[in-house]
Amino acid sequence: MMKPQDKVAVALEHIPAGAEVTVVCQGQSYMVKMRNDIDFGHKFAVKPIPCGEDILKYGEVIGIAIKDIQVGEHVHIHNLEGKRGRGDRIAKSAEG
Amino acid sequence: MQRGKFWGYRRPDGRVGVRNHVLILPTITCAVQVAKQITELVQGTVTFIHQHGCAQVGADYDQTFRTYVGMGANPNVYGVIVLGLGCETHQARIIAGELAKTGKPVEVVSIQDEGGTLMAIAEGAKIAAKMVRDASAQFREPYDFSELIVGTECGGSDACSGLSANPAVGVVSDMIVDQGGTAILAETTELIGAEHLLANRAVSDKVRKRVYEVIEAMENRAFMMGVDIRTGNPSPGNMKGGLSSLEEKSLGAANKAGTRPLQQVIDYAQVPTEKGLVWMDTPGHDIEQLTGMVAGGAQIVLFTSGRGTPTGSPIAPVIKIATNTPIFEKMEDNMDLNAGTIIDGTESIESVGQRIFEEIGLVASGKLTKAEILKQHDFGIWRIGPTF
Repeated sequence: MMKPQDKVAVALEHIPAGAEVTVVCQGQSYMVKMRNDIDFGHKFAVKPIPCGEDILKYGEVIGIAIKDIQVGEHVHIHNLEGKRGRGDRIAKSAEG
Repeated sequence: MQRGKFWGYRRPDGRVGVRNHVLILPTITCAVQVAKQITELVQGTVTFIHQHGCAQVGADYDQTFRTYVGMGANPNVYGVIVLGLGCETHQARIIAGELAKTGKPVEVVSIQDEGGTLMAIAEGAKIAAKMVRDASAQFREPYDFSELIVGTECGGSDACSGLSANPAVGVVSDMIVDQGGTAILAETTELIGAEHLLANRAVSDKVRKRVYEVIEAMENRAFMMGVDIRTGNPSPGNMKGGLSSLEEKSLGAANKAGTRPLQQVIDYAQVPTEKGLVWMDTPGHDIEQLTGMVAGGAQIVLFTSGRGTPTGSPIAPVIKIATNTPIFEKMEDNMDLNAGTIIDGTESIESVGQRIFEEIGLVASGKLTKAEILKQHDFGIWRIGPTF
């Protein structure tokens, strides 16, 4: 976890589902029980993220939740969508 | 502060090279096979394979022209043989005329004028052999890092890129800038979502405005095509490595730019007129951005990768830096340095930055990178218009 306002942390090694990890960031610590297997380099939620809410990493917005995300859940392309460069959305709204 | 020194070659226009290549520059795709055959005959020559040079118009013509001239003018090139077919849009004589302004040796060979492939190879090889002999008589001399333009790039990124290798390159970028040199930040696509961080570091309102303009233009291309930019970037490999969105990739990529003020935003393949941190407007595509920076005068490129990559340039050494130890070990043929030690917890970001800085001095003085040893001579122009 990079910044206190972040909602996700990065696994620096493979973490199996069910494992309990402690994430520490600037004095604050989060106990996270993994709901999924998290591969090396992948992200998991350290806070609950409701559908439609911005997801923060590096203290900045990296996209939006397209589903409700629970603590310990894998956060990736199945539940996170980028907000930028979305010509597909413009094309869809143009079609009505 | 530790002063960076290297042994390089001074050129007639005052710039300093870290290599002493003779470049066979094919102005048209029809000439690339002849160029390749000349390089096979004559040691010390390099060339690049491409599909451009004819039936290009407007801004697209200009961009290709600027790229050709930039490759020939790069200080790592001792002399150039501009090789044309004869009937193409990008005329060899015009490009040679532009290159002659650098004061370096420039010759023209035209396949149609010579009377075909064999005669053109013979003529090109004859000129090249003499040029290489002259080049090899030039000695290296010591120079400061202030003479360097260092390109920075990330490709095949993973979630570690923004945690290890990119911040380490950011440290190096600051060191180069502090020594009076220039560091180029590129890949506009991969700065979408992080542009505000760089705009805040712009030295003037004009530079700040340009940051938003180049980002907007890149994003508008996706809008015009009606596509989700994620279908191309992040790539499938990026996603497998843990990156979920373009913004996430951008925030990691922007770390390469260190912390110093942003002096200038320049066009693709343009030579910076300011020293310090400079942003070149390029796509995220590895080979196209590499080519743009080298054509813009970069003598050395730092390339971080989490998935591993063989990419190299015919005229600029590319130092490959792994973001994680497993990839450094798995792709050891291609990766020069390992920044995965930061993830392993055995080395600090600053200490990896220091190692990269020292490697720049060695490579600039003649140490070969893995991409050079394997003759990984990639080249690709960012096309901005159709062919007619």
